[in-house]
Amino acid sequence: MTLTLKDQLDLTAIRKQFPVLDQSVNGNPLIYFDNAATTQKPLAVISEISRYYTEDNANIHRGIHTLAERATAAYENTRKSIAQFINANESEEIIFTKGTTDSINLVAHSLGGSLLKPGDEVLISCMEHHSNIVPWQIICEKTKAVLKIIPINDKGELIFEEFLNLLSERTKIVSMVHISNTLGTINPVKKVIAAAHKWGAKVLIDGAQATPHNKIDVKSLNCDFYAFSGHKMYGPTGVGVLYGKRSLLEAIPPYQGGGEMIKEVSFTQTTYNEIPYKFEAGTPNIAGVTGLNKAIEFVQSIGLDQISHHENALLLRATTQLSEIEGFQPMGTASEKASVISFNIEGVHPFDLGVLLDAKGIAIRTGHHCTQPLMDRFKVEGTARASFAIYNTFEEVDQFVSALSNLIKKLR
Amino acid sequence: MNIKVRQEEIIEEFGLLEGDLEMSINYLIELGDQLAPFPKNNKNDDFIVKGCQSKVWLFAQEEDQRVIFHADSNTVVTKGLVSLLVRVLSGHRAEEILNEDIYFPDKIGMGRFIGSQRSNGFSAMIKQMKLYALAINIKDKK
Repeated sequence: MTLTLKDQLDLTAIRKQFPVLDQSVNGNPLIYFDNAATTQKPLAVISEISRYYTEDNANIHRGIHTLAERATAAYENTRKSIAQFINANESEEIIFTKGTTDSINLVAHSLGGSLLKPGDEVLISCMEHHSNIVPWQIICEKTKAVLKIIPINDKGELIFEEFLNLLSERTKIVSMVHISNTLGTINPVKKVIAAAHKWGAKVLIDGAQATPHNKIDVKSLNCDFYAFSGHKMYGPTGVGVLYGKRSLLEAIPPYQGGGEMIKEVSFTQTTYNEIPYKFEAGTPNIAGVTGLNKAIEFVQSIGLDQISHHENALLLRATTQLSEIEGFQPMGTASEKASVISFNIEGVHPFDLGVLLDAKGIAIRTGHHCTQPLMDRFKVEGTARASFAIYNTFEEVDQFVSALSNLIKKLR
Repeated sequence: MNIKVRQEEIIEEFGLLEGDLEMSINYLIELGDQLAPFPKNNKNDDFIVKGCQSKVWLFAQEEDQRVIFHADSNTVVTKGLVSLLVRVLSGHRAEEILNEDIYFPDKIGMGRFIGSQRSNGFSAMIKQMKLYALAINIKDKK
């Protein structure tokens, strides 16, 4: 008998690795469906952070003592793991940041600031998170470049023809989300990158929602930059990654000045360090970085194929059941979709749903999800959003839909 | 019934719910349902108190030297919250409203019921009601 992916998954064992899940919230077992905001952390990650501070804590690089060597090795080993995880050419192409937002700001400042001239264009899509809108607005204002928006259709998919029409010799940067945090749409980023490169534009992909669900291969994508966060893929908060092609990272100026990012400093001249250190000013989040290594190990121990297979099954079950609720209005019905379900219920404010579900121990997110222009596009104030991770179960989906149905009866 | 007594009344009512979140929210929703209908003409941006996710419309008028508050919200939970404030503050003299301390939210553990973001929204509502009272008080003294 051939085992399917689902059969091989031992959810009980997986859930045991997440101590936070084993609790009651407001008198009910916690159902955590806010994974697109942040995922919970497995014991391996929690233990590693504790172990690092208990055994290895020291400032990295330049220290000659044993602890500094151990801390540096743990930090740099994570860089190597990440390079392998996203199939980068070399670990020097991996920059540690505070998170996706920080990574995007770095590119907007260093690439945008040095590349953009008045009249040049930056393209982003209508479904971007504020963190992939505001940094570009800031740099466009500074450089007098123009920010252009690629429209989407009613299903929440990029209108590719419109994107092609927007591309021109004026297009210098395209920055696009890989998977929308609000719609779940998986964008055809490989095609986007190829089309943008034909015009000589550089491409940044916001992979915050993609790395926990799909195998990322930056070489195959041929993106110029790829940004993601640790905390959305079972890792610690406050640590993120920017992948950049070596030639570009070497060409663009540093983002922040300080210790670590320099080669030599005098009051008349400073020379900058090599990549990746040129972009890592100050003492980084060493414990967070070593914790992230454990998160990657956790993801790899299950396998991204298994993870996405399970999450897709949860999404399908939730979508099917929710569709039977009268007045269910999904937002984001793309044919290529990740495990995020954003919706409204006719006649009920999403905020009320969120508050009342919380009283039942069910954590979802309500509001604009940091995508206000997307809310305007769909002419809604906000949505309720359930998002799934590897530790969620079919029973939880059933309980969520059942609780929701009961609340709606009360609220209408 | 003065402002303090009304606050004590609310504290007692919520005390009976023994901190049960679901029962407390359901009670809030019931209280919101009992709010007097909000005048349609005033349901515009001039009278809005914006919270993170919900909207509250609030205005005041003076009747027989008493401040009468009217409120509404686009969410039933927030409507319940603002109904508590209307119950406590409506029908009093402007000066009383300005001088009285609003302490019942802490006593009923509102932070636990409604979260920190919504607590901020709640503070904005109290501030707005006191501003209305201030404006009426200044007008009366002229």
